[in-house]
Amino acid sequence: MTRIFADQIDVELTVNGEPVEARVPVGQHVIDFLRQNLGLTGAHASCEHGVCGACTIRVDGSSVRGCLMLAAQLDGADVWTIEGLSDSDSIRDLQEAFIARNALQCGFCTPGMLVAAEELLAQGGVPERTAIREHLSGNYCRCTGYEAIVDAVETVARQRAGQVQSGKVRA
Amino acid sequence: MKASAGGYARANDLSHAMELLASSDGSGRVLAGGQSLIAAMNMRLSTGDMLVDISRLSELSGVTEEADTLRIGALTKHVEIGADPLIRAHAPLLAEAVTCIAHAAIRNRGTIGGALAHADPAAEFPACMLALDAIIHIQGSNGERSVAAEDFFEDLFETSLEEDEILTAITVPKAEAGERQVLQEIARRSGDYALVGLCLVARSTGHWVSLLSVGSTPVLAHNAMTLLDQGDVDGAVVALRAEIDPPSDTQASAGYRRHIAGILLRRAVAQAKGEIA
Ligand SMILES: Cc1cc2nc3c(=O)[nH]c(=O)nc-3n(C[C@H](O)[C@H](O)[C@H](O)COP(=O)(O)OP(=O)(O)OC[C@H]3O[C@@H](n4cnc5c(N)ncnc54)[C@H](O)[C@@H]3O)c2cc1C
Ligand code: FES
Ligand code: FES
Repeated sequence: MTRIFADQIDVELTVNGEPVEARVPVGQHVIDFLRQNLGLTGAHASCEHGVCGACTIRVDGSSVRGCLMLAAQLDGADVWTIEGLSDSDSIRDLQEAFIARNALQCGFCTPGMLVAAEELLAQGGVPERTAIREHLSGNYCRCTGYEAIVDAVETVARQRAGQVQSGKVRA
Repeated sequence: MKASAGGYARANDLSHAMELLASSDGSGRVLAGGQSLIAAMNMRLSTGDMLVDISRLSELSGVTEEADTLRIGALTKHVEIGADPLIRAHAPLLAEAVTCIAHAAIRNRGTIGGALAHADPAAEFPACMLALDAIIHIQGSNGERSVAAEDFFEDLFETSLEEDEILTAITVPKAEAGERQVLQEIARRSGDYALVGLCLVARSTGHWVSLLSVGSTPVLAHNAMTLLDQGDVDGAVVALRAEIDPPSDTQASAGYRRHIAGILLRRAVAQAKGEIA
């Protein structure tokens, strides 16, 4: 058909702070691009229709479903995945709280869960447990039963608000 | 499964988007937030589309105040509508609706224009448009036109948009002093599409009641509206249950939906009167 519409698109973006240039097929979503082209396998592709949250990553400062964005749309974008967030130590406290609280078992949901949780924590303050549950309601976990995840997020919110020193929440 | 697209082009401005649509030989498909379209592509419910990516057209984004109305750009994202001070002050129903739509990551990309063009009868914004008596603005190859919300939604996922048209904006009347706008819905889990939802707008000129998830389009409940205008809430509940024809599906039976609709109307009236939060 008409050449105005390309089936391969050139994109220039940054991923975890590093510049990336790529030519991507137009049907490819961001998670397949990250995993298959860049070897960043932290974010998972699972349901691929927006329901499970395993693909949640940060694009231009906001959490997004990586399965519901095309790699072709990434030109100029600033993408952060769990690999970059880990290496930059920016969510170290949250990751430690997840370990301390057993907020992960198989770990499949964890990269997406951490990105979603960090978006809430970045709003500041200490959210109610119901607000934490609400914010994470789009991220499925088949292992933990969520309670430990909510504990971990609440712990970090309190730590960051200066209400506790260690990983322990005051009773 | 993996998505199949015929091609992709990113529009630089509205006229470029119109040109792209015109050159796609009828297989053009507008890509806004992608939160319904890319899901459908991944499931191969939509294949071979020539995607016209309008997501960066800043001219179609944002809320502006006009004399008696608010103009909401089609690309204004759900998250922006939820936080916008003009929306909160003059069309609080829309801010309320955002809290019921999907999850944060989806609200960060989904757009109001996309939600209206998609015309899912279970979606909140289409029903809000009916209750607010909104006008939908459309750009076509032959110029602009405007449609009343009630004439815009034609059938399941079908609107009055033609293949070469783009929804550009919505205007909603500003709420009057003392006007109440309420959304009530029942969903099994947070972020799920509602089993039934109901919008109530109580204006000095009368009551507006619209429903979602009770048919192939969002609907206005005209009989219930008339009875509410007469102050007859019990009558309005009976009339509402009689005038809707909800489907039975794996989520809920028609009878259950009809029952819930009446309950939501009572709750909405109580909330509008300030009797419940
Ligand atoms: C898991 C999940 C849960 C959801 N839950 C809800 C919910 O509870 N309630 C709810 O209301 N929504 C829900 N949604 C849908 C969400 O609100 C979408 O954002 C919305 O339906 C589509 O908006 P979009 O901007 O992403 O449009 P897109 O996906 O980009 O487009 C959708 C359709 O509209 C057309 N289109 C888009 N913009 C225009 C335009 N300006 N002019 C002409 N045509 C256009 C496209 O061609 C396409 O056919 C959910 C989505 C997901 C993935
Ligand atoms: S893979 Fe994206 S939400 Fe499930
Ligand atoms: S830890 Fe296994 S899915 Fe959450």
